[in-house]
Amino acid sequence: MQKPENPNDFGELTEEEDIYKENILDHYKHPHNTGSLKEYSFKHKELNPLCGDTIEMFVLFENEKVKHVSFIGHGCAISQASASMLTDYIKNKDLEEVKNIKRDVILEMLGIKIGVVRMKCALLSLRTLSKGVDKLSGTHNKDNIGLCR
Amino acid sequence: MHKTKIILDIDRIKKDFPIFSQKINGHSLVYLDSAATAQKPSLVIEETTRFYTEYNSNIHRGAHKLGELATIAYEEAHEKIAKFLGADIEEIIFTAGTTESLNLVAYSLVKTLKQGDKIVLTEMEHHSNIVPWQQLAKQYGVNIEYIKVKDFQLDIEHAKKIIDSKTKIVSVMHASNVLGTINPIKELAKITHDIGALFVVDAAHSAPNMKINVKDIDCDFLAFSGHKICGPTGIGVLYGKKHLLDKMSPFLYGGHMISEVTLKDTTFADVPSKFESGTSNIAGAIGLGYAIDYINKIGLENIHYYETELAKYAIETLKKIVGVKIYGPDENRTGVISFNISGIHAHDVATILDREGIAIRSGNHCAMPLMNALGINACNRASIYFYNTFDDIDNLVEAIKKAKKIFKVTNETSE
Repeated sequence: MQKPENPNDFGELTEEEDIYKENILDHYKHPHNTGSLKEYSFKHKELNPLCGDTIEMFVLFENEKVKHVSFIGHGCAISQASASMLTDYIKNKDLEEVKNIKRDVILEMLGIKIGVVRMKCALLSLRTLSKGVDKLSGTHNKDNIGLCR
Repeated sequence: MHKTKIILDIDRIKKDFPIFSQKINGHSLVYLDSAATAQKPSLVIEETTRFYTEYNSNIHRGAHKLGELATIAYEEAHEKIAKFLGADIEEIIFTAGTTESLNLVAYSLVKTLKQGDKIVLTEMEHHSNIVPWQQLAKQYGVNIEYIKVKDFQLDIEHAKKIIDSKTKIVSVMHASNVLGTINPIKELAKITHDIGALFVVDAAHSAPNMKINVKDIDCDFLAFSGHKICGPTGIGVLYGKKHLLDKMSPFLYGGHMISEVTLKDTTFADVPSKFESGTSNIAGAIGLGYAIDYINKIGLENIHYYETELAKYAIETLKKIVGVKIYGPDENRTGVISFNISGIHAHDVATILDREGIAIRSGNHCAMPLMNALGINACNRASIYFYNTFDDIDNLVEAIKKAKKIFKVTNETSE
């Protein structure tokens, strides 16, 4: 196979490299778990100052398991689809599991190749969740997760 | 193909820019992001390299041949910029860019203000013309007021109201990096000087495409960046009126900016050295000098005319696409065109366009207060420079239509 002369030229993109697959667009146009929660263990908002994406997540734990989760967000398809998928993913998960979610989980769920530029969009939801969880462990004993209204 | 009077030989001009000889994602590069940074002609690349290969040396120091050559080239760069702006050579300070230039002015001026004094900025400013003033104002108990934006223009009546006897500094961008609006800076300079305040101009987005004469504008300070005018990154300019620069205290202390140092005290060098501490970005300054030569050869009047024609065509064709909203005036503008497409986030538009080899910018463009005033979080920005063509605009339009198709945005769903 002949190597392209220019390192920036990878030729036409294959379908695999196309990031706007049907499932991404479905989650973007019809996101799951949107809105706020009246009762939550934490809520946390993060924004991506470069592109203006925002995600605010609400999570309610019961017996150290995620009972309810929702988010309010604005932004690009990647950031919003990732929030939609992540909130689906953490339902009924243990606090410890939620604490330990790695970025690969998100990238696998998105199922597309994410370049450096869009990585911040893809991981905004996880950053929001992680920082929210940090708030919990910072102020509460994990055996006694407080309830906020 | 297009019936506009074309005054520049774009095919020939494009050959001056090596970057256009490659393919991006299988396509010829359509570069519509020059407001972020302009591409570099061979002349600038070669002359910057020539400095490093033939006469690399520090300036104003060693009494050897290379030092002499480097010093002459650096001084010549000062001269070229001075001529370019209609200023005197001692009024030109090399900085790292517009941001450092504005910080220099802000740090040197704000500490001379009294509690309760006022600085006037505008809602459309780039963060670099807000944050330095804002943070220093907090430190010194100074107030800031912002001239409102109405219909993508500065509200001059509002400006007249808030520029009052308490106002000591007014700092305004010449051309908007988001709206493309060209602000009436001569008028604002007069309003400012009538009450005895100082007038600062952020020319980052006008210096690349409009003839600027600091004496004609009668501004006290003016800043621009080298990289937006085909020069290297990391080099910028601050113009300041000589008598003001003489009075101002330095911004950064260290080598080169001194006249005499004892263990107890230091006397500072004369301007511009007083403000150019440490080893300057010599290669950058020389490269910028050659960028100015290149721009002068093409002619700023030609650049401005051609860019305006392209912008007019772009706005007309973009407006025909259902669901496209343009943020900016139709006339009296530069080639910066910001827009949103109903149903597709700006970041997604930029990604899809990239796949077609089209480079635009998306996001808040370092102008979050303006985004708030416009009631949006982000937008797309296509910015035109003289190496762009009418075909580039056609490609942009086609790619936007493709983005609508991918996102299944039908005409009916648009606002």
